[in-house]
Amino acid sequence: MKDFIVYVFRMIGCVVKGSRNYYLWLGTLALFVGMAGLEWYHTLHDGLIVTNMSDHVSWGIGIANFVYFVGVAAGAAVLVVPAYVFHREDIKELVLLGELLAVVAVSMCLLFIMTDVGRPDRLWHLTPGIGFLNLPSSLLSWDVVVFTGYLLMNLHIPGYLLFMRYRGRKPTALMYLPFVFLSMIWAVSIHTVTAFLLSGLGSRPFWNTPILAPRFLISAGASAPALLIILFTAIRHFAGLKVKDSVFEYFLSVLRVTMPINLFLVGCEVFQEFYTGSLHAASAYYLYFGLHGHSMLPKFIWTALTFNIFATVVFLVPKLRAKKPLMYLACGLTVVGIWTEKGMGLIFPGFVPNPLGEIVEYAPNLGEIILNIGIVALGALLYTAMAKVTIAIQRGELRLHPGSTPEAPGAAEVPAPVGSAS
Amino acid sequence: MKLPVLPGASSGCGGGGCGGHDHERGPSLECAVEDRVEKLVSQRLEEPGTRRDILRGGIAAALGLAIAPGCTTSEIDEFFQKHYRELKDDEKKKIFARLEEKTRRRTGVTVHITDPQPLEGVHFAYALNLSHCNGNRRCVEACARENNLPDDPQMRYIRVVELDNGSQHLEKGTTAYDPEKVPQPGKFYLPVQCHQCDNPPCVKACPTKATWKEPDGIVVVDYNWCIGCRYCQAACPYHARRFNWVEPEIEPERVNPDQGYLSNRIRPVGVVEKCTFCLHRTRNGRYPACYEACPTGARKFGNLADPHSEVRHIVENKRVWILKEELGTEPRFFYFYG
Repeated sequence: MKDFIVYVFRMIGCVVKGSRNYYLWLGTLALFVGMAGLEWYHTLHDGLIVTNMSDHVSWGIGIANFVYFVGVAAGAAVLVVPAYVFHREDIKELVLLGELLAVVAVSMCLLFIMTDVGRPDRLWHLTPGIGFLNLPSSLLSWDVVVFTGYLLMNLHIPGYLLFMRYRGRKPTALMYLPFVFLSMIWAVSIHTVTAFLLSGLGSRPFWNTPILAPRFLISAGASAPALLIILFTAIRHFAGLKVKDSVFEYFLSVLRVTMPINLFLVGCEVFQEFYTGSLHAASAYYLYFGLHGHSMLPKFIWTALTFNIFATVVFLVPKLRAKKPLMYLACGLTVVGIWTEKGMGLIFPGFVPNPLGEIVEYAPNLGEIILNIGIVALGALLYTAMAKVTIAIQRGELRLHPGSTPEAPGAAEVPAPVGSAS
Repeated sequence: MKLPVLPGASSGCGGGGCGGHDHERGPSLECAVEDRVEKLVSQRLEEPGTRRDILRGGIAAALGLAIAPGCTTSEIDEFFQKHYRELKDDEKKKIFARLEEKTRRRTGVTVHITDPQPLEGVHFAYALNLSHCNGNRRCVEACARENNLPDDPQMRYIRVVELDNGSQHLEKGTTAYDPEKVPQPGKFYLPVQCHQCDNPPCVKACPTKATWKEPDGIVVVDYNWCIGCRYCQAACPYHARRFNWVEPEIEPERVNPDQGYLSNRIRPVGVVEKCTFCLHRTRNGRYPACYEACPTGARKFGNLADPHSEVRHIVENKRVWILKEELGTEPRFFYFYG
C-alpha cells in the first residue's frame, strides 16, 4: 500500500517535471481547457440555448465528435491485435501507448456526452442500483455498459503492467491476458453499439442502414493508424521514443486495406440512396448536393471525399508513400477526411429534413467549437501525462528501487523498455 | 359478446394468437387493443427494492455532505429525487408542495399539482378528420396555454403541416403558413402531435426509463428523471418531442394553475417534454384542450376500448389511416376523411 502511494507521487512528480517546451505545451492545452470550462459553465448556467442546436437538429458537434472518437478508442485494437495475437515485438513495445490512447478517447467521449446532455447533474440516474439502465432496449444504455467496460479494461491492463514493471516484478499472465483478449472483442462492440444507436432508428432513414456498423469499423481502422503515425512521430521527436520503421510500415499496410474499403462502403451508400431515388434519400441529397436551397454541407463532404481519395492514392502507390512529407500529408488528410465524413457528414444530415419535412440547418457556434476544442485539448493533456509516465517506467527511469538492475528477472514478458531496443 | 374493456378480462386473446374470433366486427381491433395491453403490463418497471433505497440513502448522505454548502434543502431534495414510479404517496405530496412553492416564488401564481392515475379499462385514442381540418391552428394555441408552454413558437406540441392536394410529400409542405388565411385553395392541413404509440420508439430509446407508456396508452415523461440526452427526439418519427433549451418563462397571467405532475406542470430546464393528451383533464373525464378548441369539429377523442365511443366507431367504420404506418409504431392517433 505504501509502495503504491509512493508510486502515485512519483508518477505525479514525473508528470510535472519537464523542459520549457513541455511546460509551454501543457500550458497551451490548459488554456484551451480553461476556455472550454468557462463555456461549459455558460451552458450550465443558461441552458443549451447557448448552442446552435434546436428541436430540429437536436444533436450537434458534440455527438459528431463523440462518434469520431469512439472510432479512435476502438482503433487501439490496431495495436493490440498484432501485439498479442501475432506477437509482433516491435508493436508490443508500443501497445501500452495504444491502450492509453483508448482510455483517453473513451474519456473524451464521456466528456462530449456530459457536456451535451441537458441535465449533467442527473447522470447518476444511469448508475445501476441507484438509477435505472433501460436494458436491453435502449442502445444508449448499452453504450454506457460497453464504454464503462472498455474504459476499465484499458485502465487495468496498462496500469497493471506498468506497476509491475515499476516494481521490477514479472506480471502474472492471468491478471491481464484475459482482459487483453476481451478488450479486442470489446473494441468492436463499442463502435458497433454506437452505430446501432443510430442505425436502429426507423425515424431517420439516413442512419437506418445495416452498412453503418461496418462503415464505422472500417473508418475507425483508417483514422486510427493515420492518427497513430502522426502521434508516434511526434512522441519520437519530442520524447525520444524509438519507434521502429516496421511499425510505420505496418500502419501503412493497414491503411492500404481500410482506406479503399472505406471508399467502397461510401460508394455503396451513395448508390443505394441515389439510384433508388426514394424520398428517403432527402438527407443524402442535403449532404451531397443541398436540399431546397439549403447547402451548408456539400462543400465539406466533397472536400472530405477529395481528401480521402487523395490519401488512398498516396497509400496505394509505393512511390508516393515512400515520400515522407507526402505520406504525413496523406495521414493528416485521412484524419480530417474521416472526421468530417463520420462526424458532421453523418450526424447533421440525419436531422435534415426533420421527420415532418421541415428543413433547419445547423452549424456549431463559436461557443460549441471552443467547448469541443477544449475537450480535445484535455484529451491531449491527459495523453501527454500518461505517455510521459509510461515511457519513463518502460525505460526504467521510474522504478521502485532506483539502484537495482534495470532488467528484473523475467521482465521480458513485460513490453521491453522503449528506447533501449533497436 | 361484449367487448372486454378491462385488461386481463379477455378470454380470446392469449398468447398473441388472435384468430377465430366470432365477433361480428373488428375482431382484429379488439385483439390489437388486448395485445397492446399485455405488452404494457410486461413493460412495467420492477417493484422498488429496499437495496436500491439503502444504496441511494448512503450515497445521498455522503454526497449531501459534500455538496451541502451553498445548496438549499429543496435543491438537495430535488437532486436526490427518486423515479416517479418509485415514489410513495407521502413522498409525492412533499414533491408537489415543493414544486408548487417554486412556481409561486417564480411567477407569484398559486398552482395546484395533482397526479391523476390512469383509469382501468380506458385506452385513449385520437381521431382527426382531415376533411374538416382547415389549418386554423386554434388547437396549437389552446394546447400551449393549457400545457404551460412558453411564448416560443417552436415550443408547441402540435405542428400543422400545410400540404398540396394530391401529395403527402412532407418536405413540400410547410408549417410556416399564415393561420389567418386558411384554408388556401389546393391545400390541405395535417396536424401532427404525439401519437402515443403502442410501440413507442422514444420509450425504447430512453437510457434511464424516464419516459414510459401508461396503462391508458399515454406516453409520459418524468421531468425530474430525464437527463436531457435527447435520444428520444432522434427516435421519434413524428417530431413530437420538445426539449427545454432554456428555463421556460411563462407570464404569470398565462400560467394554468391546474397542473398534472406528469403533464402540464412547469418543466425544468434541460429536459424533454411532449403532448400527454392533457392527462390532467382526460383522466378526470374532460376532453383535451386541442379537442375543445377546434372550431371545425375535426378532432375526435375517446376511449378505444369502449365499443360505444366515437373514436371506436370511427376506427371501425371510417377509412382510417396512420402516419408512417410502415415504421410499426402502432399509433393511438388516427387520421380519416369523413
